[in-house]
Amino acid sequence: MSQRHLLALFNDFDEAVAAIAELRGANIKGFDIDDLILKSPIEHPEVEKVLGDKPVNVQWFTLIGACMGGLLAFFLVASAQANFFSQIKGGKPIVPLPPDFVLTYEMFILGGVFITILGFLICAGLPAKRSPLYSAKVSEDQIGILVQGDESAVAIFKTIFTKHKALEIQEEAGK
Amino acid sequence: MGKDIREDIAWAQINKDVLKSLESPRRMYWIILFIAIAMIGVAVGSEVYQYQTGMGVSNKNNSHVWGLYIATFIFWIGMSHSGTLLSAILHLMHADWRKPIYRFAEAMTTFSLMTAGLFVLVHLGRLWMVYYVMPYPNERWVWPNFQSPLVWDMFAIATYLSSSVLFLYVGMIPDLAICRDNIHAGWRKKLYTVMSLGWEGTDRQWRNFRITYLTIACFLIPLAVSVHSIVASDFAMSNMPGWHVTSFPPYFVAGALYSGCAAIITLFIILRYVFKFEEYMTLPIMKKLVRLTFAIAMVWTYLNLIEFASVWYGHDQTAKDQLIFKATGPYAPFFWAMIFFGSILPLMLAFKRFQTHLPILFVVSILLNVGMWLERWMIIAPSFAHGHYPWTWDHDQWPSLVQWGIVFGSFGWFTLLFMVFCKVFPSVSMYEVKEMVYHRSLALKHKPAVKGDY
Repeated sequence: MSQRHLLALFNDFDEAVAAIAELRGANIKGFDIDDLILKSPIEHPEVEKVLGDKPVNVQWFTLIGACMGGLLAFFLVASAQANFFSQIKGGKPIVPLPPDFVLTYEMFILGGVFITILGFLICAGLPAKRSPLYSAKVSEDQIGILVQGDESAVAIFKTIFTKHKALEIQEEAGK
Repeated sequence: MGKDIREDIAWAQINKDVLKSLESPRRMYWIILFIAIAMIGVAVGSEVYQYQTGMGVSNKNNSHVWGLYIATFIFWIGMSHSGTLLSAILHLMHADWRKPIYRFAEAMTTFSLMTAGLFVLVHLGRLWMVYYVMPYPNERWVWPNFQSPLVWDMFAIATYLSSSVLFLYVGMIPDLAICRDNIHAGWRKKLYTVMSLGWEGTDRQWRNFRITYLTIACFLIPLAVSVHSIVASDFAMSNMPGWHVTSFPPYFVAGALYSGCAAIITLFIILRYVFKFEEYMTLPIMKKLVRLTFAIAMVWTYLNLIEFASVWYGHDQTAKDQLIFKATGPYAPFFWAMIFFGSILPLMLAFKRFQTHLPILFVVSILLNVGMWLERWMIIAPSFAHGHYPWTWDHDQWPSLVQWGIVFGSFGWFTLLFMVFCKVFPSVSMYEVKEMVYHRSLALKHKPAVKGDY
């Protein structure tokens, strides 16, 4: 059966949450609550109560990036020091740990920041082509709920959205 | 005192007000831009003259090898501190008053660092040989000494600049999407479309955005502290009298925060007027900012006294002579001006009546930064003028007009970059102001109507 996409716009965040809660409880055939996307002009962490906890994996990128940055810096600096014998050491160690720690620390942070950004882009799915069902109102003051389901579910979606005072419902055939 | 941001302000109105700043600033904007370009002209002229004639025209000589260039370099590095550092600290502390002002403060960081970087190049003189300082294996047998704080400096500043730019950019993505949705044609539309990366404000995007922003903020706090500590190490790890002081790193960090806060006050007043941001850059926010500046000014004063006391009661006679030289020698007027502008003048900020008086704050904030610039000059020049060996003493050296011209022009360069940024990108964070308004209105809704309701 062909899939349909619907975007409902709400003025009130609480109404949007109530609509999601009802969609979750309605047991609609051909609709998976995990496919629901909430679009909002500001962050609403409280939406996780109805959407369920979803994992965020950016911190793993951070850990790997920071460790890689630190290790790379230390080994690059240490190997440079160990190979450049003409530099006068004045009786001090060839690879002195305290000063090398400073550069390791800086590169630990640089690696952490860079790879965190990479992780953010991957985890957030950016850069992305804008979906056809998008309203500029979402970046202004309205909450959007994007759902996808079988054609048979469209009427139920509309009923629920209308019940919760959706301002506008956009519809489009899915792939 | 003026009103704070209204809880009932419409979100569409926030977009409208901020987007308007991208199109129609007051005439003062163009006047500032013109003055900035004229100032850059002075610097470019001085720089060209210096290149063509030789570094001698700057009056930099032995023993005054760093001069105003490195003093101003430290000043700009210091100025960069408050933007990103305060934004990150206040973000972690959930201080919502940061939201309307953090964007321009972060931009200030970026452009201060870019201005500071120019001074390293100017100071080198032979700019075409700049690749000599790059750490890569080469046939010249020139290899950086990784034990030197000057090399740490390069790494630290490069890390701070790139991380600050990323922090600024990531925090701006939702606002760039707003710009994309509201500007309908032209190069701006293309720019915002590319830079917003297709942001739609989905729950997945916000979830990852929250963690990313928080993580970078956590990284930036120790990074910012390390950057200025390392700049302090350029001095403290040498044995020059006046520099070899244990308290230099925290002293530098406090000085950096201080000048950065003063600069935020100056720019706050300018942007508030030029872009008609009275609704967002409110007086209660200014009051908090002024109190913070006052607190940091007192920390700086304390660390200054600690430095003097440790030299005075220490056993290093040359350092003690150096301190006496600063206070009584040819640099005495500048030294005491630094003390006045840095420690006495900020006492005004303790009085309520001045905490929201914008014309006075504008003048005071500029004078505080004059004091902080003098602080950097008073670190560098007297130590070079009156070092360990009497045959290196040069008490009469005075920077030439070329040096002054380049320093003067650097303020124009910073102003130009900053003002162009504020005209191209939203200098008030729209989505964060909406969050602020949303949470305040929620708090009001849940506030009991009568005392003792719960």
